[in-house]
Amino acid sequence: MARIGVFVCHCGTNIAGVVSIPAVLEAAKKMPGVVVAADDKYSCSDPGQSHIRAVIEQNKLNRVVIGSCSPRMHEFTFRKVMVKAGLNPYFLEVANIREQVSWVHSNDKEKATAKAIDHVRIAVAKVARDEALFPKKVPLTKRALVIGGGITGMQAALDIANAGHPVTLVERESSIGGHMAQLDKTFPTLDCSACILTPKMVEIVQHPNITLLTYSEVRQVSGFVGNFDVEIVKKARKVDAKKCTGCGICWLKCPEKVSAEFNEGLGERKAIYVPFPQAVPLVPKVDLENCLYIKYQNYVEGKSEGKRPMQCRICEKLCPVQALAWDQQDEIVKEKFGAIVVATGYKTFDPSVCGEYGGGKLPDVISGLQLERMFNSSGPTGGEVLRPSDGAHPKTVVLVSCVGSRDEQRGRPYCSKICCMYTAKQTILLKEHDPEVQCYVFYIDIRTGGKDYEEFARRAQEEYGALYLRGRVSRIYEDGKQLVVLGEDSLMGRPVEIRADMVVLATGVEANEGAAELAQTMKLSHDVYDFLTEAHPKLKPVETQTDGILVAGACVGPKDIPECVAQGGAAAAKVSALFSQEMLTSDPMVASVDNARCIGCLLCVQVCPYKAIDTQVLRNGRTVALVNESLCRACGLCPAVCRPKAVNLRGFTNQQLLAEVNALWQ
Amino acid sequence: MAVGEFEPKIAGFLCNWCSYAGADLAGTSRMSYPPNIRIIRVPCSGRVDPLFVVKTFQQGADGVLVAGCHLGDCHYNEGNFYSRRRFALLAPFLDYLGIQKERFRLEWVSASEGRKFSDVVTSFTNDLKKLGPRNVLSSGGRG
Repeated sequence: MARIGVFVCHCGTNIAGVVSIPAVLEAAKKMPGVVVAADDKYSCSDPGQSHIRAVIEQNKLNRVVIGSCSPRMHEFTFRKVMVKAGLNPYFLEVANIREQVSWVHSNDKEKATAKAIDHVRIAVAKVARDEALFPKKVPLTKRALVIGGGITGMQAALDIANAGHPVTLVERESSIGGHMAQLDKTFPTLDCSACILTPKMVEIVQHPNITLLTYSEVRQVSGFVGNFDVEIVKKARKVDAKKCTGCGICWLKCPEKVSAEFNEGLGERKAIYVPFPQAVPLVPKVDLENCLYIKYQNYVEGKSEGKRPMQCRICEKLCPVQALAWDQQDEIVKEKFGAIVVATGYKTFDPSVCGEYGGGKLPDVISGLQLERMFNSSGPTGGEVLRPSDGAHPKTVVLVSCVGSRDEQRGRPYCSKICCMYTAKQTILLKEHDPEVQCYVFYIDIRTGGKDYEEFARRAQEEYGALYLRGRVSRIYEDGKQLVVLGEDSLMGRPVEIRADMVVLATGVEANEGAAELAQTMKLSHDVYDFLTEAHPKLKPVETQTDGILVAGACVGPKDIPECVAQGGAAAAKVSALFSQEMLTSDPMVASVDNARCIGCLLCVQVCPYKAIDTQVLRNGRTVALVNESLCRACGLCPAVCRPKAVNLRGFTNQQLLAEVNALWQ
Repeated sequence: MAVGEFEPKIAGFLCNWCSYAGADLAGTSRMSYPPNIRIIRVPCSGRVDPLFVVKTFQQGADGVLVAGCHLGDCHYNEGNFYSRRRFALLAPFLDYLGIQKERFRLEWVSASEGRKFSDVVTSFTNDLKKLGPRNVLSSGGRG
């Protein structure tokens, strides 16, 4: 027998100033099943909560309706009151009489009161059909997977590992470090990037709780929070990492030269190589497309035609520890994880689509990242800034910001956030490398939000004499040995022509290659630019709509290093909090199947967005639907399509919703 | 408001993540709208069985509103696509039952669109006032 108590909150004058509380109480007392109706000045306050508990106990209530603010606000608070009063927390309904009544109908108190009464009646009808629900305990695997070995992923992995949990860090490239490893100095402190990054990289590889899988990719993810089943492909390096000492003789002697990706196409690397000297792990990989012996093997097996390639194997002959493993194959690692941090980072905009800037055809028009590699003493030019065309030292350098940012025509309307700052940094570094250099910067706006950022950008102009011109560049073309940059100074309102030795394009931030595919594998959502979507842009910046999967860093949107580090740490904190539990409690408000009614049409299986519905065969041989309660997110698509009404959504059952419909008006 | 003016009864099924939050925002922003609507919270517009809508009309509603997240923004990724298709099919059926299809509305209101929620309810209420009370056995039915 339902013994329902109705509690109406005044919310100071927020509700009571518009809605007649005595009228609501009077009406509530006459509603079916209602034993008592009481009011509180503030139901959510301590005295309010104690009063509710006392009334529940005095009247032996077993169901409660609270007429107050939106359930989105305080439903959780009142559920806790229920537990304290010894009731199942799910015997509670909240009637919204503030946001949806008093605050929007303050001009008509009578009608507002009538609507409040109706909302209370609807809640009373629903609460009478509430069922006691019990959260289930699910075991969890306290092992985390971090995807992406850039600064974000490294920070997340270290923080989780330091909290005492095992972590597997998966990186697509053959070394961790990410884009930060490519940078020479970082703004606004001009810290040497490698000096602050490499100790972290070494810490990763030496940490007892971290398993590092480089040159590996996540192929498949299934399961749910606490219990993800993940398949990782460990690609064949053709080098036995256990034997290799990283002595470097192989990549020194390899005869085959290839354009170096890590140096953004400046300079060359070998066909067996480490991307950069401080690579972690310091184990080379064989470039399967360019290695002569691999080409030879392919030729012998009839996979390629033409001239018979040389059967080189110089690396193998010279390797002092016989680490070359030509028969090494891709390996699939299957493991269970409790939580996943996605930190797959970004790539920079490809300026070759910008015809006005030379479309990638002018050798002395380079990208910001290429300049960064030139600054670096272990880069392709040994730390000297040289024109790619003739190796001369440039004296006049034009830097163009917003290349592939704030450009609607190229489908990149967003601000890439880091370019203003790295352009300012590069003007400073150019001047420091060669005091005779004059820098010109074309900009739309100078965006320097961040601690010490504005001061830094000002220093670039005031101390280092970079000339900032507000306007866009319309064309860059070669004239003899120089480049002519045509642009506009919109503050002076006149066209500008600069003869430059080199042009640097501040290319913007784009979602990384394969980001959308990875998102689909993990059923994460992404925006139109393929950046991953967080659960809430302000309050849940590292969570996703899937419990147990977190996102961090530039895979969510353009970010600078401090933000990435903060997000990596934030994601790690969420993982640690999850792993602090011995068992996971699953929300009991999920779908369930009445086996007796289920006809096995399995329409529910088709509509479920979470693949949370399986089938089971009953002892009598009938196939019926079976809900995996850990996967179910309680959207309610399945009960809406179920023809025999066998599937129901706990908390929003057909019976509850129809009871609400029946109670809509007196 | 004239005395004795027809006041339509409206029921609104609002999805928890967008439209219900949008209605809450209309409240927090004090964007008033006619007090004719009664609100039922559902997890997703895709939870709304078309029979609930028919049942609501049977209960005496002059108008029924179902509101969910904008297409592509569904909290459950695809729930509102189902509701769009489902209610496109329901509309002619309502007409067949003798309920003008203008009495049913499917709207997309996001959690940040308090203004839109208020506008939707206001225009729906005004339209229903023009349509007048619903005759349960209206002659509009065919067959």
